[in-house]
Amino acid sequence: MMRVLVCVKRVPAPGSRINITDDEQDVDTAHLGFTTSPHEECALEEAVQIVEREGGEVVVLTVGPAEAEEQLRYAASVGGTSFVLVPTDGTALDPQRTASIITQAVNESESEGGQFDLILFGNESADSAGFQVGVRVAHALGRPMVNGIKGIEVGESTFTAQRAIDGGLEVYEVPRPAVLGILEGINLPRYPTMKGRLASRKAVIGEAPIDSDAGGLRRVRLHRPEETVSQTIMLPTEAAAAATAVVDLLEELGVMGGES
Amino acid sequence: MSDFPTSASCVVIGAGIVGNSIVGHLAEKGWTDIVLLDKGPLPSPGGSTGHASNFIFPVDHSKEIVDLTLDSQAQYEEMGMQNTCGGIEVARTEERMEEFRRRMTSATAFGVEAYMLTPAEVKGHVPFVNEDVIVGGFYCPSVSVVDSLETGTIMRKRAQDADALLVFANTEVLDIETAPGKNKPKVTAVVTDKGRIECEHVVVACGVWSPKLAEMAGATIPLTPAVHQMADVGPFDILVETNQEVAYPVVRDMDTFCYERQSSGSMEVGSYGHRPILHRVDEIPSNEEALLTPTEMPFTPEDFDQQMEEAIELMEFLGDGEIRYAINGLLSLTPDTAPVLGPTPEVENLWSAAAVWIKEGPGVGRLLAEWMTDGYPHLTDPHGADATRFYPPQRNVHHVEGRCNEHFIKTYGITHPREQWESRRNVTVGPVKARTDDLDAFYFEAGGWERPHWYESNADLVERYGVNKSRTHVWDADWWTPISDAEHLHMREHVGLVDLSPFQVFEVSGPGVVDYIEHMVVNKCDLPVGRSIYTPMLNASGGFRSDLTIMRMAEDRFRIVTGAFDGGRDEYWFRHNLPGDSSVHFENRTNGTVTLGVWGPDAVALLSTVTESDLGQEAFPYGRVQSHLIAGIPVDMFRISYVGDAGFEIYAEACNGMALWDAIWAAGANFDLRPIGAAVYGTSGRLEKGYRLMGSELEDEYTPVEAGLARPKVKAADFIGKEKYIEARAAEGVAQLCVLSFDSLRCAAGYDRFPVGAGNEPVLTLEGERILDAHGRVSRLTTAGNAPSVGKYLAMAYLPIDKCEPGTKLQVMYQYETYPVTVEKTGADLAMFDHDDARMKA
Repeated sequence: MMRVLVCVKRVPAPGSRINITDDEQDVDTAHLGFTTSPHEECALEEAVQIVEREGGEVVVLTVGPAEAEEQLRYAASVGGTSFVLVPTDGTALDPQRTASIITQAVNESESEGGQFDLILFGNESADSAGFQVGVRVAHALGRPMVNGIKGIEVGESTFTAQRAIDGGLEVYEVPRPAVLGILEGINLPRYPTMKGRLASRKAVIGEAPIDSDAGGLRRVRLHRPEETVSQTIMLPTEAAAAATAVVDLLEELGVMGGES
Repeated sequence: MSDFPTSASCVVIGAGIVGNSIVGHLAEKGWTDIVLLDKGPLPSPGGSTGHASNFIFPVDHSKEIVDLTLDSQAQYEEMGMQNTCGGIEVARTEERMEEFRRRMTSATAFGVEAYMLTPAEVKGHVPFVNEDVIVGGFYCPSVSVVDSLETGTIMRKRAQDADALLVFANTEVLDIETAPGKNKPKVTAVVTDKGRIECEHVVVACGVWSPKLAEMAGATIPLTPAVHQMADVGPFDILVETNQEVAYPVVRDMDTFCYERQSSGSMEVGSYGHRPILHRVDEIPSNEEALLTPTEMPFTPEDFDQQMEEAIELMEFLGDGEIRYAINGLLSLTPDTAPVLGPTPEVENLWSAAAVWIKEGPGVGRLLAEWMTDGYPHLTDPHGADATRFYPPQRNVHHVEGRCNEHFIKTYGITHPREQWESRRNVTVGPVKARTDDLDAFYFEAGGWERPHWYESNADLVERYGVNKSRTHVWDADWWTPISDAEHLHMREHVGLVDLSPFQVFEVSGPGVVDYIEHMVVNKCDLPVGRSIYTPMLNASGGFRSDLTIMRMAEDRFRIVTGAFDGGRDEYWFRHNLPGDSSVHFENRTNGTVTLGVWGPDAVALLSTVTESDLGQEAFPYGRVQSHLIAGIPVDMFRISYVGDAGFEIYAEACNGMALWDAIWAAGANFDLRPIGAAVYGTSGRLEKGYRLMGSELEDEYTPVEAGLARPKVKAADFIGKEKYIEARAAEGVAQLCVLSFDSLRCAAGYDRFPVGAGNEPVLTLEGERILDAHGRVSRLTTAGNAPSVGKYLAMAYLPIDKCEPGTKLQVMYQYETYPVTVEKTGADLAMFDHDDARMKA
């Protein structure tokens, strides 16, 4: 039997152009939908699969606005078993504060339900991408932590975790309990079924009012880089003509050597 | 971008199914130098076409919509883009089965093969349906699923192959420029982020974005983006095994407002059952901002939950399917649910082709191309979809959203032809409404106007005249009262007062007015001052555009009166055809005018007590207009009748309306004067006299000859449609408008039914065959109603010449049962009451 915690974050689902609010403090989400960070969707899927094999429960935790209930219900629709929302006022929290809140929530949950054998984070969140929260929580809990995980094997008293590197894999063995940061691609997350969605409406969402002091990181402002407009030029299909067109272009760009 | 054009004959904005179909058909009609623009990428630029479920159910109660749909299906078929899989609407209630019987009636009228099914038969077609939750089905084998994107590509390619079209995707329109035209601003150019194109015509085929594009030119296209939720659920072995995109019939679960459409191995579940979710155009993300496409907005699952439960009830296996794709898809809704087609009223050569479903797309393409090329569409008479049909208070977002919030849930709903809107009422009211309110008027809306349909204060007349008090079937009794028949009989015996203020009153004046008005209408208008003319107004096709009453008020001034439902279209047409040299001035006087009608045997006597003028036939003959004083109020009195009794239409300044009403009302005490509603004025009174109504008997596809409205001679002056009119007069007749009487109204269940006359009830032979004339036009009831003074239930219909003979026995289908009828009248005189007009001219 495994007790697994998955930490997820409600993030906007924008298209290729991301608008920023007038005060430059946030992403303008006026007409955006929201989702769970893709790494975390995979973490949740991994947790559900582990528990399907090993037995146990998947607790899903989020720190976010009341609307983050939507992401917890989504988690319920794909196999999560219990759910904790730590409500915020919706403003972005810094990673230290988030980590501190999660650490407290873990301690509370473990005091009631027993120790988590495994805590899963996404490698980084899709919006702020601080790469910190999982590490900070693991450090605070005094548990081993590996990021960038693309494979997990459950052993008697350890986990074997694989991390992708250029041209190969690093394999780690960590003792239980442990914390892992999951990378998208470890699995193909399931979609909710209609029955799953309907059942998720009945899921009980536990609320844990926890807060913590702000950490050291401050967002000064968001800035969107100038959009680069790329132009596509269709080459002639006939080879010689295409080559000539390429040469013309290179000359135009001034990257050809020689006399001109 | 040196190849970006600087000029074009026509710029079509929007490369969805509609815009693509328009360029294809314009090229076929010989247009060249067409430019098609879209701000998104091709072949799926991000509008509603891209996420459509693409199925087509051809049966509708509206002939106009069926015409567009059947033509579209034929076009999809010709291009090889149609998969005819059949479709079944399932009922969970008896009310829905009733609606299916009405659908069978429409299917019979419009020649679409259809069957009623038992639950077991439904399961025979769709084995995974739970027959326990349904009570029956409506099966239409010609239901199809089409490829609207590929169809668009083919349409574009046809125009490109004809060297008629340049296409620019990823090109955003920034402005539509206008300059002063003949009578109003005219389009001159389209400004885009790639350059400026000078052009003669602009077509807005931008779906949900259309209002924004029209606004750039100073015009309005009244529609709103609205959410239709859809989820793709699967995979399912039973569907995967078919190895086809669509092997099973499309199922519409009508009472839950849902549909299930196979999409290869999965099922598309779509819903119109959620709360109305309307968006403003500015809320739609750009292609770059959108996660999917601009019109595939973020799914809000809580709105879809109930539909999911209901879908699982009907098809249990759906519960185990994964929701792989789910959207709040945007589509266009209009205040009255019909498309918005044709010229915009505000800007010359700016055309609207908006609020069109996939099922109508190619047909609308053809229709618009015909309209733009020939000045009128051939495919069908689009008066129900005409962009000019809305009045100014109906052309803005408040009206659009008000009405769409109300009717969204009726997308699969059951709508009575007489059903009235609840939202946006009392926006436009006449000057005497306070008085009609006091008399407990029940109002129907007529072109946005509140018009008394009957008066509850006349309830006592029901006993007095012993009229039939009740109707057994709820459908016949809905939006109906026995008071109307009682009002009718009271008017015939005494006198009635009718509030006609919703009449649309125009005045045209100026030195060129005679030539102008003669050019506009069929009958001669250059008559002495004080004379009136009832006349058809034709399209260049020779078919009806309108019918009008025109009064010559002065040498250089005519008053034109048209119905409340036709004012927008008629005003557009009159303004559009002004000479443009200020020799003719057009003014819409409706809002400044009160119009009352007084009719009945005592009408002249009553009015003679409130005026010192001589109202006798000799001094004031039938058909004349004279200015008098009523209780000291200057009025124009018009001795005319649409109801078959003597009396007058009385026109005065709106500000005098209450005093005018009060004076007549007070005098009426001695004559047992009663207020009379539009149910009498518009149906029972006119039906007894065989008077035709625009939009019912009078449509573009019929001529004045066929309507029995051709005069013995054709005037010398040229007029719009004259050539075709003369051809029609010379041609051997094919069909003629007739009056029919019902020999029996008794249904199989043993009680009487009362056909509505909504345009979808076919006339059949005694063998039960539907009747087509030599031009392929189907015979169907154009009006039906009780004729209390005749003692019969009457109807009107066009019949082929060989069936027009009075005495001919035929049948009428109503709610999928047939009733025997007899042809009573045909030709010019359709009156079943007061044949020689003796009462009217008394």
